[in-house]
Amino acid sequence: MSAIANTIFSPELAARFDHLVTIYPIKRSALVPMLLYAQDEVGYISDAVVTEIAQRLDLLELDVRNVLSYYSMLRTKPAGKYNVQVCTNISCMLRGGYEILGHCKEKLGIGHKEITPDGLFSLEEVECIGACCWAPAMQVNYDFHDNLTTVKVDEILETYRKGQGKDVR
Amino acid sequence: MPNLVSHPDEVRVLSRRFGQGATNIDKYIELDGYKAVQLAIEKGTDWIIGEMKASGLRGRGGAGFPTGMKWSFVPKTSEKPKYVLVNGDESEPGTCKDHVIFLHDPHAIIEGTMIAGLAIGAKMGFIYLRGEYRYLLKIVEKAVADAYAKGFLGKNIFGKDGLDFDIVTQTGAGAYEVGEESALMESLEGKRGVPRIKPPFPAVVGLYGGPTVINNAETIASAPHILLMGGDAFAKLGSERNGGTRLFGISGHVERPGVYELPMGYSLRKAIYDVAGGIKDGKKLKAVVPGGSSCPVLTADEIDVGLDFDQMAKAGTMLGSGGIVVLDETVSIVEFALRTIAFYQHESCGWCIPCREGTDWIKKTLTRIYNGGGSKKDVDNVQYLADNMMGRTFCPLGDAAAMPTLGFVKKFRKEFEDYIEGHKAGTPIITVEQLVGAH
Repeated sequence: MSAIANTIFSPELAARFDHLVTIYPIKRSALVPMLLYAQDEVGYISDAVVTEIAQRLDLLELDVRNVLSYYSMLRTKPAGKYNVQVCTNISCMLRGGYEILGHCKEKLGIGHKEITPDGLFSLEEVECIGACCWAPAMQVNYDFHDNLTTVKVDEILETYRKGQGKDVR
Repeated sequence: MPNLVSHPDEVRVLSRRFGQGATNIDKYIELDGYKAVQLAIEKGTDWIIGEMKASGLRGRGGAGFPTGMKWSFVPKTSEKPKYVLVNGDESEPGTCKDHVIFLHDPHAIIEGTMIAGLAIGAKMGFIYLRGEYRYLLKIVEKAVADAYAKGFLGKNIFGKDGLDFDIVTQTGAGAYEVGEESALMESLEGKRGVPRIKPPFPAVVGLYGGPTVINNAETIASAPHILLMGGDAFAKLGSERNGGTRLFGISGHVERPGVYELPMGYSLRKAIYDVAGGIKDGKKLKAVVPGGSSCPVLTADEIDVGLDFDQMAKAGTMLGSGGIVVLDETVSIVEFALRTIAFYQHESCGWCIPCREGTDWIKKTLTRIYNGGGSKKDVDNVQYLADNMMGRTFCPLGDAAAMPTLGFVKKFRKEFEDYIEGHKAGTPIITVEQLVGAH
């Protein structure tokens, strides 16, 4: 039984949140992880997510929105089922990061922060993801893919299209 | 999955368990794991701090502050609880060393956190990973749960009555600024990751207002090795005042990019040409960004320098996070400088005006140059803006943006001027002084 009666989250996530608020010296410390986990389940931070998280942490919705707007991984609009995030920062740039981004744009027919019409993929140009020595690299949701070539990118996208990507949550 | 690399010049201390299945707690124990923390429990605070001081270990996040000294600054008694905070927010472009530690040796970070806790008298530690490292967070969460199950964490650890230690894992959500220690504390307290004014320093007033030791993940992972081998033995592996070894991530235009463990003071030239196999496709070296994107660039003839904090400072740059980014002769410094400042402009949290405005104006000016509308005066403007950011912000992000910018325009000024000459657009341009004067 969750601490919130009419939760919008799955019972598993609600239970996880009930636990999460108990492990820190202050409840509010759970805010950033809760926003991320909620986004993983709901797809984005909707108004209802903001309301429930504020309630769970005894915060104003304004406090939640204030934090939400700071972090680049948190979004208030849906993304594709598979969010393709291509790094173009220096180490990736030197090894073809922009070519990989261009290839993804062409292949998916969408630009930065856009979603394919079928809702399967979205694309983002992102800053350094900490895979510099295995550049060029990208993340699809939370999965890392490195030492990329355009051929490898095609294979990776095809794997997700078929629903066979590993998709860490 | 990041591939492991090796080279005969490597000295494997931190990386000695890599690739050996040490994410499994039993394997970790078999490979001398959790011995150092038991030694620490037996010998006590003064011994731990003494060994850490003797080791000459300096912060691997980038600042290079002596770790033993940092730990000794924490007051012995405190009304508020003390905390250990592990900074695994690894976000400096060019840096992926903590990634490899979390992946291959998460228990070393847990054990190091416990050692730091014992040294300062803390009962709780936090391991903070950047949000993008979700798969690594899962590895660390599993490792923490296994350590609890063995009785290494929780109440009465290792069967010692009254000795408690808890570890909480935490994730960020995409913000370079949160890698700064006080901003990380804000983030962990559930707020926007903006920096705090110092003093007070975290050792006195840190997380939740309690005395806090905050260290980079690699620094923390070094602690168990230091206690087991002895501070002096660790110190001897490195160079003067720069103890031990370090994980260097060599990326960019080299034949064999990867994370290599080299002794402090190792030659930068050898790191590029021997360890990483030289410049990719037989091209010529143009420049090196030696310690993550915030470090001033070195030209091809400036690489006969040892990889330690002091020698790099003497060479006018920094050892930083140990991320060595190698640029071959084909790279346009104008484009590279623009990409670098675009990152800092994106990541500036906006708390301090010199950083927020400075990064934006430098980006705008470099964009104008890049797109062919620049004048020679623009190069002066960029330098003027960067000079005015230095030392004028709460946290080092302003400096981190200004320093590489100054390096590029000072060392490659001719390239900027030639670029401008070759890409004329003929628009009249207002200078920053004229603009500022107009207000």
